[in-house]
Amino acid sequence: MPQQQRAYEVMYIVRPDLPEEETDRVISTVESNATTAGITVKNVERMGKRRLAYKVRKFQDGLYVLLTVEGPGSALAELERRLRVTEPVIKYISVRIDEEQKRLAKVKKIRDSKVRQRPQTAETAAGNEPAPATA
Amino acid sequence: MADEEKKEGTTTNEAPAAAAPAAPAAPSAPASRPYGRGPGGPGGRRPGGPGGRPGGRGEGGPRKFFRRKKVCKFCVEKIDSINYKDVRLLGQFVAERGKIVPRRLTGVCTPHQRRLTAAIKQARNIALLPFAARY
Repeated sequence: MPQQQRAYEVMYIVRPDLPEEETDRVISTVESNATTAGITVKNVERMGKRRLAYKVRKFQDGLYVLLTVEGPGSALAELERRLRVTEPVIKYISVRIDEEQKRLAKVKKIRDSKVRQRPQTAETAAGNEPAPATA
Repeated sequence: MADEEKKEGTTTNEAPAAAAPAAPAAPSAPASRPYGRGPGGPGGRRPGGPGGRPGGRGEGGPRKFFRRKKVCKFCVEKIDSINYKDVRLLGQFVAERGKIVPRRLTGVCTPHQRRLTAAIKQARNIALLPFAARY
């Protein structure tokens, strides 16, 4: 059975007490881990240091990194396993986003079509109005 | 009511045989209670709940203040995506202790509340929102 390509968002937190080059290395290794697992990385976004809402492994803040990826679910499971093994990553979450994107596109389409319809109806109404006046 | 209680007390003190006439009197008292308070009690409260029954307000209950009609923020402002990363948006629907604020207080419509809860729970998992705030 061919595996479906799905869009995911993987957000993970790197421990904050590492030096700059070390965090860079962690982020690049996670990215290479993803590609070896069979995932295409679309975007890597560093969201910077943030205060955590609760303590995680005795850390009060963390470096948030957001990955936008695409790939089959089994590859994502592999990436999650590697994230769990990676020591400097203190927390991660992966969220499937393709269905949400589809829904958003649908909503947007409906809204756009409504916006297009409205001026049309206004024109027809304007066209109808003078007609009884002349009659 | 208080008089009847006194009566009961006195009858039981006087003689156990007098308990028989007191017994039929007792059920009559609770029966008269819902009749006496029924129209006043729930009638006065109910119009306050839905916040807009004209009949209820006409009765002139103790609550006369006008309750502003709550509307769904997401419907009004046309916020399509409720994302777990948007902490500022989600924070508006989380109480001080980290609880999700119920719909009846915020006025969010059912489909949006469903998405909102899911997003808040995701945000909690990645330490963007607390599970329970410190006290």
